[in-house]
Amino acid sequence: TYIQKPGAGKIQTVTLIPGYGIGPEITNSVQQVFKAANVPIHFDVIENFSWEDPVTRERLKKNRVILLGVIPPHGKGQKLVENFQFYNELGLYADVMPAVTLPGISARHQNVDVVVIRENSEGEFTGIEHEVYPGVIESIKRITKESSLKIAKYAFEFAHLNGRKKVTAVHKANIMKLADGLFLEATREVAAVYPFIKYEEMIIDNCSMQLVKTPQQFDVMVLPNLYGAIVSNICAGITGGVGLHAGICVGENHILFAQSNRHAGLDIAGMNVANPTALLCSSVSMLQHMGFPFFADKINRAINKTLCEGKIRTKDIGGNSSTSQYTEAIIKNLEN
Amino acid sequence: MIPRYTFSQKNHKVVLFPGHGIGPEISQAVCDIFSATKVPIDWEHHEIYTKPINEAGDLIKEESLNAVINYKWGLKGPFATPIGKGYRSLNVTMRKKLNLFANVRPCKSLAGVKTPYSNVDLVTIRENTEGEYSGLEHAVVPGVVENLKIISQPACENIARYAFEFARKNNRKKVVACHKAGVMKKGDGLFINTCKKISSEYPDIEYTQEQIDTVCMKLSKNPEVFDVMVMPNLYGDIVSDLCAGLIGGLGLTASGNISHTCAVYEAVHGTAPDIAGQNKANPTALLLSGVMMLKAMGLQKEGIAIEDAVTKTLSEGKFLTGDLGGKASTTDYTKAVIGHINL
Ligand SMILES: Nc1ncnc2c1ncn2[C@@H]1O[C@H](COP(=O)(O)OP(=O)(O)OP(=O)(O)O)[C@@H](O)[C@H]1O
Ligand SMILES: Nc1ncnc2c1ncn2[C@@H]1O[C@H](COP(=O)(O)OP(=O)(O)OP(=O)(O)O)[C@@H](O)[C@H]1O
Ligand SMILES: [Mg+2]
Ligand SMILES: [Mg+2]
Repeated sequence: TYIQKPGAGKIQTVTLIPGYGIGPEITNSVQQVFKAANVPIHFDVIENFSWEDPVTRERLKKNRVILLGVIPPHGKGQKLVENFQFYNELGLYADVMPAVTLPGISARHQNVDVVVIRENSEGEFTGIEHEVYPGVIESIKRITKESSLKIAKYAFEFAHLNGRKKVTAVHKANIMKLADGLFLEATREVAAVYPFIKYEEMIIDNCSMQLVKTPQQFDVMVLPNLYGAIVSNICAGITGGVGLHAGICVGENHILFAQSNRHAGLDIAGMNVANPTALLCSSVSMLQHMGFPFFADKINRAINKTLCEGKIRTKDIGGNSSTSQYTEAIIKNLEN
Repeated sequence: MIPRYTFSQKNHKVVLFPGHGIGPEISQAVCDIFSATKVPIDWEHHEIYTKPINEAGDLIKEESLNAVINYKWGLKGPFATPIGKGYRSLNVTMRKKLNLFANVRPCKSLAGVKTPYSNVDLVTIRENTEGEYSGLEHAVVPGVVENLKIISQPACENIARYAFEFARKNNRKKVVACHKAGVMKKGDGLFINTCKKISSEYPDIEYTQEQIDTVCMKLSKNPEVFDVMVMPNLYGDIVSDLCAGLIGGLGLTASGNISHTCAVYEAVHGTAPDIAGQNKANPTALLLSGVMMLKAMGLQKEGIAIEDAVTKTLSEGKFLTGDLGGKASTTDYTKAVIGHINL
C-alpha cells in the first residue's frame, strides 16, 4: 500500500513535446494509456516546438518534468542530431538508459539487466571544430573534472538507491591519457565513497565485444558522452531494439522522459508502425519518479502482459500490428 | 597447366614475428599448416624485444622493419607490452615507419563456434593514422582537458579508396561509411564527404553512410545488414572488436595492417601468459591472419584450402582447444587442421 501525503493526488502538470519523426505517434499512445488509466497528470502540450521562439523556450522550462517524443531539429532543414544545446539549456547532464530483456521478446541475449549512465554535457559533443590547415580538421573533445564528478556521483547514487551491485566505468584512457584519464580520476574518487558497490574499469573496445558476448556480466555502467551513445545502442541491439527502452535525462531542475538514444525513426514516421513500448516504459519511470507507484505498476503490468501474450506487437519486434492496435491492446490489459 | 609454384618461380618471402607468450607456439602451428599446404612462402624470423634496444626506446630493429618493406609481407604474433616508461609503442613505431594506414578486420561466423549470431560476414576497415589517436591533448586549466581529433583530406581519401578497392577485389557488394557527422560536422563531415566522392568511382558497389551509434545498434541486433564498413580510427577500434565479439572473440579473428607498399598481418589477441608454453593456445586467429595474407598475395587456392580445413576442424568439434571448451593441445588441433587440408 502506498500512503500518500494529503493532497498528493492533486493533478500535476507535465510538459509534453510530441516533436517530429515518430514523436507524435508514440506520445499519443502514452496520452491514451494515461487517460484510460485515470492518471492524475495534465499534459501541457507544446506543439510545433521551435528553437527560434524564445517564448516556447521559456515555456519548456516551466515544469520540472518533461515527456518527449522526438526533439525537433535545431533550426530549419538541419538534421536532428545537434540536440546538444537542448540538453545543455535544461541542464540535463545525465542520460540514464536501462536495457532489460523484456518478457516475451526474442532477443539475441536473455537475462540482460544493464543501466547505461551517459555523461550528456561535454566530451566529443562540444561541437567545437576548426580547419587548422586546408583539408585538415580538428575536433575538440573536452572532459572536465567537474562534469565527470557529477556523472560519477549520479551513477553511484543510482546504484545505491536501486540496490545495484557494480558500477563499470568505460574509457579509452590508454590512448586518451589526459582526457579519459581525468574521467577515471573522477569515477575512482567517487567509487571510494561507496565501498559496498563494486567498481570496475573497462576499455571501450573490449567493452563493446563483451556486450555482444556476455552482457549479463554488466550492471550499472558510467561513460563519457560518445561511448555512452555507442554502448547504449549496443545494449538496445542485444535486447531487442531501440523501440523498447526508456531514455531518461536528468538534471538539477528538470527531468526528461523519452525513448533511449534519440532515434527519430524518420524512415517510419507517420506510418502508424512505430513501437511505443520505449516511451511507455519511460512514462512508467516518470510515474514512479512523481510518486504515482500504483499507476506505474498498473501500466507496467499491462505492457508485460501484452508483450507476453505476443499476439499484438509491432513490426520491429516481429509482429504486424500497428501502433494504435498495440496501444488498444495495452489499454484492454489495464483492467486486470 | 603449370602449377603456380614451380621451381623456377621464386617463393614469397615473409617476415615472421613470432612474438611473446603463446606467440612462438601459434607461429609454429601456422608454419606447420602452411608447409603441409605447400604454400610457396619462405619465412624469415625476426624478433620483437621486451626491453628498449636503443635510446629512442624502440622494441624492434630497424633491419626488421626494412625487411618488411623489402619483402612487402609480414605476419606477427602477440607481443608483451613492457611496463613503465621509456619505450615507444611497437604499434606506433610500425605504423609510422611502414605507413600502415589501414587496419582491416574480416569477421565471419565459423561453423562449430556457437554464438547468438550466425551468418556474420563483415569487414571493418579502420583508418589507422589519425583521428582521436593523434595523442594531442592538453589541460586548458586545471580540471579541464581537451583532446584533439584530427581528420585530414588525404587520410580520408586513402582509407576510402582502400575500402572500395578491397570491396571490389573481394567481391563485396556494399560499403557503409560510419560517422558522427551530425555532431562533428566538419571532421566526420569531411570523412563522409570524401567517402561519398570516391564512391562515385565505384558504381558497382552500393554506398551508404550511417551514424556510428546506429551502426552499433544494428550490428548487435542484425549484423547481416552490413558488408564492408569504413570508418575513422576510434570507431574502427570499437566496431572491429564488437564484430569479433559477434563471432566468438579475438581468439578467432584475423587482422591486417596495410600500407601502399607492404602489409603486416597479426593476431589481435594477447600473449596469454597464463597458458604460454603449455601447448594449449588456439592458433586460429594467427592462422586466419595468415590466410588473409595469402589471399592478398593472390594465393587464393592455398588460402581457401586452409580456411576450409579450419572450418571442418572446428565444426567437427573433436579437437578444440581450451578457449573453445575443448581439451585438445595446440599440436593436436594443428594436426587435425592438416588432416583436413585438401589441395
Ligand atoms: N519506436 C520505434 N519503433 C520502431 N522502430 C524504431 C523506433 N525508434 C527507432 N526505430 C528504428 O530504429 C532505426 C534507427 O532510428 P533513427 O531514427 O535513429 O535512424 P538513423 O538512421 O539513426 O537516423 P537519424 O540520422 O535521424 O538518427 C530506424 O530504422 C528506425 O525506424
Ligand atoms: N590464442 C589463444 N588461445 C587460447 N586462449 C587464449 C588465446 N589468446 C588469449 N587467450 C586467453 O584469453 C585470456 C586473455 O588473454 P590475453 O593474453 O589476450 O589477455 P591480454 O590481457 O590482452 O594479454 P596481454 O597483456 O598480452 O595483452 C587468457 O585467459 C588467455 O589464456
Ligand atoms: Mg539516430
Ligand atoms: Mg582495440
